[in-house]
Amino acid sequence: MEKQFFFDADTPDPDRVDGRAKVTGSARYFAEYTLPDMTYGVLVTSPVTKGRIKALDTKAAEKAPGVIAVLSHLNKPSVPGYEAPPAEGRGPGMRIFYTDKIYFNGQPVALVVADSFERATYAATLVRAQYEKEEFRTDFDANLDKAVAPRAPGAAEYKRGNIDAYKNAEVQLESEYFIPTEMHNPMELHGILAHWESPEKVIMYAKTQGVKATQQTVTNLFKLQAQNVQVFSEFVGGAFGIALRTWPHEVATVMAAKMVGKPVKLVLTREQMFTMVGYRPQAKQKLGMGATKAGILTGITHEAIGQTATYDEFTEGIVNMTKFMYACPNVNTRYKVLPLDVCVPIWMRGPGEATGAFALESAMDEMAYRLGIDPVEFRIRNYAETDPQRNQPFSSKYVKEAYQMGADKIGWSKRNPVPGSMKNGDWQVGYGMSTGVFTAGRGGATVRAVISDDGMLLLQSAVSDIGPGTGTAMVKIASDLMGMPFEKIRFELGNSSLPPAPSQGGSSTLSTVGSAVNDACLALQEQLAILAGQKTFAGKTKQDIVFSNGRIGLKNEPASAIGYAELLRQNNTPAVEVTKDSRQGEAARKYSIYSFSIHFVEVNVHPATGVVKVTKIVSVGDAGTIVSAKTAASQMIGGAVGGIGMALTEEAIMDHRFGRYVNHNFADYHVPVHADVPHVESLFINKPDPIINPMGAKGMGEIALIGFSAAVANAVFHATGKRIRSLPITPDKILQTKAV
Amino acid sequence: MSDKNKSTAHNDSRRNFLRQSSALTALAIAPQAVLKAAEGKMDEKIAGYFEKMPLSIEVNGKMHQLSVEPRVTLLDLLREQLHLTGSKKGCDHGQCGACTVHVNGSRINSCLSLAVMNEGKKITTIEGLAQGDKLHPMQEAFIKHDGFQCGYCTPGQIMSAIACIKEGHANSEAEIREYMSGNICRCGAYPNIVDAIVEVKNAGGKL
Ligand code: FES
Ligand code: FES
Repeated sequence: MEKQFFFDADTPDPDRVDGRAKVTGSARYFAEYTLPDMTYGVLVTSPVTKGRIKALDTKAAEKAPGVIAVLSHLNKPSVPGYEAPPAEGRGPGMRIFYTDKIYFNGQPVALVVADSFERATYAATLVRAQYEKEEFRTDFDANLDKAVAPRAPGAAEYKRGNIDAYKNAEVQLESEYFIPTEMHNPMELHGILAHWESPEKVIMYAKTQGVKATQQTVTNLFKLQAQNVQVFSEFVGGAFGIALRTWPHEVATVMAAKMVGKPVKLVLTREQMFTMVGYRPQAKQKLGMGATKAGILTGITHEAIGQTATYDEFTEGIVNMTKFMYACPNVNTRYKVLPLDVCVPIWMRGPGEATGAFALESAMDEMAYRLGIDPVEFRIRNYAETDPQRNQPFSSKYVKEAYQMGADKIGWSKRNPVPGSMKNGDWQVGYGMSTGVFTAGRGGATVRAVISDDGMLLLQSAVSDIGPGTGTAMVKIASDLMGMPFEKIRFELGNSSLPPAPSQGGSSTLSTVGSAVNDACLALQEQLAILAGQKTFAGKTKQDIVFSNGRIGLKNEPASAIGYAELLRQNNTPAVEVTKDSRQGEAARKYSIYSFSIHFVEVNVHPATGVVKVTKIVSVGDAGTIVSAKTAASQMIGGAVGGIGMALTEEAIMDHRFGRYVNHNFADYHVPVHADVPHVESLFINKPDPIINPMGAKGMGEIALIGFSAAVANAVFHATGKRIRSLPITPDKILQTKAV
Repeated sequence: MSDKNKSTAHNDSRRNFLRQSSALTALAIAPQAVLKAAEGKMDEKIAGYFEKMPLSIEVNGKMHQLSVEPRVTLLDLLREQLHLTGSKKGCDHGQCGACTVHVNGSRINSCLSLAVMNEGKKITTIEGLAQGDKLHPMQEAFIKHDGFQCGYCTPGQIMSAIACIKEGHANSEAEIREYMSGNICRCGAYPNIVDAIVEVKNAGGKL
């Protein structure tokens, strides 16, 4: 049997498979399902940051019109998983309604269930709580000395060569960087709709990046049979990381549904999105860098402190990129966490690495200017041909080509490299660039493929699609392999009863689930060949059979080819089904597998007001084969837009007198809007990675954002001669910083 | 009249109103059991059922005679009671545009409008754009230019985009960006959305 690929550039790039559903409003997100007798949950939250609930008066709320129940620690149903002692090493966790303890401001203390949203909302205002307040700590800067090594193994320290070697270098640099807390703020509000169909069976419509993960959590907490816990999440209105865990308010809703014996739907408010579903934690970083006068790196020391919660530990890879991005003989890193009385963070697009890349790539730029070397040239002089951290080859790396592509596209060589030298009317003009990198992972997934005699191919896997276009990419892979048009293929996802797949996170879905789709299609072809050998091509074996353009036929006899549907009909077989598990082989361990990105930007800076506008963007992705050009381009654009927010506007500000965010809404927490975003040019290397998976495709959700904020900061430096090391780069910082 | 008297008067009139059987039959959506209970003890829980106002409203060409609580927003009426869930809730505060609908042809944030303020008005939601299987040109253009990822902001963007052209605010990319800035897209599909709007504007068809 010959394997046929159709990854050929001239097949027109198809539209998203779910595009029609999304533009007509028929795509249903979790809160848009209605169950008979559905009720509404609204949370009452703590205005106190630390302490305990002294008294809770729910009488008035219970008497209010339409109220069915008020759930709290006083009357909660049993959650067996909360009764076991907490797991070692991560703190007690948030066992919602299982304690009178308050760990952070905005923590839920009660859940009001009523027959309408308005009635639940009103009744929630009638719940009266008294608290015993304790002294709390939320101020990151003021408590830096209380940072500790994380309990997570291996996260704390790394070294190769000599420690702090930069201190003996010919040219040295030592800088501090700060990034504030950033909120994911997907447009869809978080929440869940839960219903117990019987005392042993619960169904949930959820906003989750992993239906299997949500199923697992609820199965364990309520000690149920996994098949009696069903999670549906067909459409997810963005997540960027927040839906990678099952949050306390979700468990609370499942508890409430159990208590009232009816479906309960809970949707957070935008304000609650700032305190209940995590964030990118603020972090302070110190970077020491040493180089020879000829521009060869001799040492890098990267230290970081990231915020976490007192009740649960969160760690991320802030210092990871520094370990392997450049060929530097001496590198040491140190990572600490600072537990505060706040909600626990969660990975946000380009987790950790985006934070670290801001420091590393800002320092690379600063060093390049100090040495008088072009920033691109400086990176090329320190190019790592092999992975210096693990001492093994990269599976593929085309970063030099990517530098060239990006530089050519934006006109890098045409700029005047002298800081503060370029103008556009009143505005100062600057160019900056940076590199981003993220692990290109591949886990294990299972896909079921069914081809039927009506000519339809159905693919199923319990993965989620939070927006990148997973369904589209999967259909594209199958369409290319089977030679079938898009319309004849359906990919079903977002349902925990489907064959298992991992959560959508860490840029690994395409690689993981795509491989399983690939393998399932090949297995299907094998079955079809065997079937053909029974009657249609009696006596022939699969070696004699070829697949081409959606047809099956005999080798060297093109006239013999028939369509799949016809084959099935001729052989009286209504459908052929295969289920295939697919995961990475051992051989891949010998390689370091990463996706890379290069960002070039042009900014305009207004010297009188300090306003910064990003005016041009060129992002180049080195992410192996591009499976679906259209959705891949949108991923890159989306990352750049997120990067603009991180660089220029986003910052969750807390009033430490109260331990409460003061800008917890879209009017005060500024995410980029149309007017902030120029045209974005996204380019791809589009060469297959020979190691990662059969498609040669690496993930790109994270790299689209990682490094972007440094490119902006570097461009601001080029425009103004001002080096801003604290995000976001707001006008006040521009005005208060001196040009060098 | 003091405030206290005022509220007593209000309750009295409500109760009197309920005791008139002709008024009871008018409350078509109140279940029988509730009506019975209402005639007997006027307990607050039950009274709540009657704190509703009549509303006639046209949505996507269909007339609805409804009875809604005055505190229900137009967005929640559409989503929770009429099950038109295409209009999205992203903030409930008029800050994101996900809930954009047309009221008598103008774009508004439906989360900022109480349902009862729209008496006699014509509402168009995303569900009302396509003619059967035939998509509205703006919907076609969004698909073609990939003007979305997760799709959650999309209905609001499309409703806003159509109005933006009709208002005459789509004469340049810069103007489109300015007049579309009330519609946030966290997935960052902005450049593609602008491309879609430019194409529909330049096609010059009737929207
Ligand atoms: S939900 Fe109406 S503007 Fe955000
Ligand atoms: S498409 Fe996800 S928010 Fe716009």
